[in-house]
Amino acid sequence: MDVLYFAWVRERIGLPRETVQTSAPTVADLVVELRAREARYDMAFSDLSALRVAVDQELAEWDAPLAGVREVAFFPPMTGG
Amino acid sequence: MLAASDIRVQEAPFDLGAEANAFAARQTGMGAVVTFTGIVRDLDGLLDHMQIEHYPGMTEKALHAIAEDAHKRWDLGGSLIIHRHGRLAPDDLIMMVATASCHRKDAFDAAMYLMDYLKSRAPFWKKEASGSDASWVDPRDEDEKALKDWS
Repeated sequence: MDVLYFAWVRERIGLPRETVQTSAPTVADLVVELRAREARYDMAFSDLSALRVAVDQELAEWDAPLAGVREVAFFPPMTGG
Repeated sequence: MLAASDIRVQEAPFDLGAEANAFAARQTGMGAVVTFTGIVRDLDGLLDHMQIEHYPGMTEKALHAIAEDAHKRWDLGGSLIIHRHGRLAPDDLIMMVATASCHRKDAFDAAMYLMDYLKSRAPFWKKEASGSDASWVDPRDEDEKALKDWS
């Protein structure tokens, strides 16, 4: 699936998007896999309360299932307007 | 059938007067048009520019969903949301919303609702650059609280 990063999450990880091979059943499990990769991922995901997630472009919860999902995005709380 | 909502996410500037006039001209039989405009502010006189990042695809979907909710809650003739992204200077216009209804209260309330939701639920992020510093704008607690007041 495609994993996208925005704002300071993108800056910390150093990528706007990447394709990830995973069988993680939920977003939370995917986060555990990503954090185990490298320090920059671990740091970006160190405080989940400062992050939001969208699954196939809809805001979702951390326990959202990933079966059949094409795109997951991680970002800080939005500041539009 | 919902009344028309016009949603635009763009880098280019927009002409507030022309947009407000064109929006009002499209509304027939409406007694009220409310518009709100967001402007890049420079509270300390230090802001060089603001960079607005967004999530193409999700942004348009989120704004359409927010507008659809507003049209369900109020009897609107139409609504408009224009939101810019990219690099903006102090005093540039960031965004506008417009709502039209038979009655002013519906138009005001719907405009407020659109603003409250798009501030915290549409995927935009602001980064302010001042001199050699650049920092992401933190969300404000009162913005999140504003959403609870509508539920």
